[in-house]
Amino acid sequence: MITKAILQAVFAYVATICFGVLLNIPPRAYHVAGMIGGFSWLVYWEIYYHLHWGLAVSNMIAAILIGIFAMVAARHQKCPTIIYTVPSLVTFVPGGQAYKMVRNFVVGNNGQSLIFLYQVMVIAGAITLGLGIGEMINRLLYGPKKLPNRHN
Amino acid sequence: MVKSVDTQLAIRTALLAGELLIENGSNMERVNDTMDRIAATAGLTSFQGFTTLTGVVASAEGLPNAQVVAIHNRANDLNKVALVNGLSRKFSAGRLTLKQFYHRLREVKRKSDMTPVVWQWLAAAVLSAVLMIVFTGDYLDAPVDFVIGGVSYAIFLFLNQIFRIKYLGEFAASLVIGLLACLAVSLHWATNIDTLIVGAVMPLVPGVPLTNAMRDLVSGNLISGPTRAIEAVLTAAAIGCAIVIVLRYV
Repeated sequence: MITKAILQAVFAYVATICFGVLLNIPPRAYHVAGMIGGFSWLVYWEIYYHLHWGLAVSNMIAAILIGIFAMVAARHQKCPTIIYTVPSLVTFVPGGQAYKMVRNFVVGNNGQSLIFLYQVMVIAGAITLGLGIGEMINRLLYGPKKLPNRHN
Repeated sequence: MVKSVDTQLAIRTALLAGELLIENGSNMERVNDTMDRIAATAGLTSFQGFTTLTGVVASAEGLPNAQVVAIHNRANDLNKVALVNGLSRKFSAGRLTLKQFYHRLREVKRKSDMTPVVWQWLAAAVLSAVLMIVFTGDYLDAPVDFVIGGVSYAIFLFLNQIFRIKYLGEFAASLVIGLLACLAVSLHWATNIDTLIVGAVMPLVPGVPLTNAMRDLVSGNLISGPTRAIEAVLTAAAIGCAIVIVLRYV
């Protein structure tokens, strides 16, 4: 099982870097973004497939982790957070569920199709919520954002 | 009090930075933040920036009119977002003058710095194969998906360069994915058509608009959030329609 876990993390790392190349993120961010993607996928895999905490909670926890780590990396490398969050989320985007929804709809299994539509919506909502909570935790850790004075 | 020439340049610089950030897929909170910072550093008083996905309006005290920039095409080039961000940091820290900053931004706008096409193909091919394994645990079909992902992404890039019609590239590439997956299964090179298609479609998935739509909605930008969501849904629909057309006749 440990080999399988390591393999999952390595594959998620590679996938994150590849998506980063497609989005043209700066090369110095490849490794860090890959680490974030690999680690959060590992946590998700463990929670979802072994602890069975359910789809929503596992996606939300992974998104919270991505949000926190992306902010830490952004402060460290002085890049915008989006450079780390978007590639890391590639393994969490509900592409498989969306495809199964379309597939079942075409075949005529409308009931199955609705189940997958529900899953897509749950995952998208959980990721949104997770990124929001991650940002909140960052504000708690680093203090509120300093806004420039508009009326100087 | 700054001279009026400087005011003009400052507002043009802020608009150019905003335009570059929106064009290349930044979230709106960052765009507003960057424009406010530039305006504050350049000494503009009561600066107002109104940002939408298709245009930016900005005004400041001492200028008779507001200035507008329209944004027509959007790409996902996050390197430019990082470059603009770095330049804006330097400007705020006082290591660049306004004029230098403006010229550096123009340089960023003019220059295309995408990764070489060969690397993009390779990345798309590896991404397809790896994600298929991650999602389904199926190792045997991975080499076939490597080929399908690479070929379809090459077609996607080619069509985007030749025709420049939005959603056509995604549609045609997904059509090719479906056909190649059917072919591979009927020739017994692979066993499961579903896993092949799921993996190969992933490089085309609209990741940046999707993430940005969520973040914009959460941060309260009610104009840009839904429009980005529509963009993401349209891309997904183009992919889905192509797959449906192929699957209908399998």
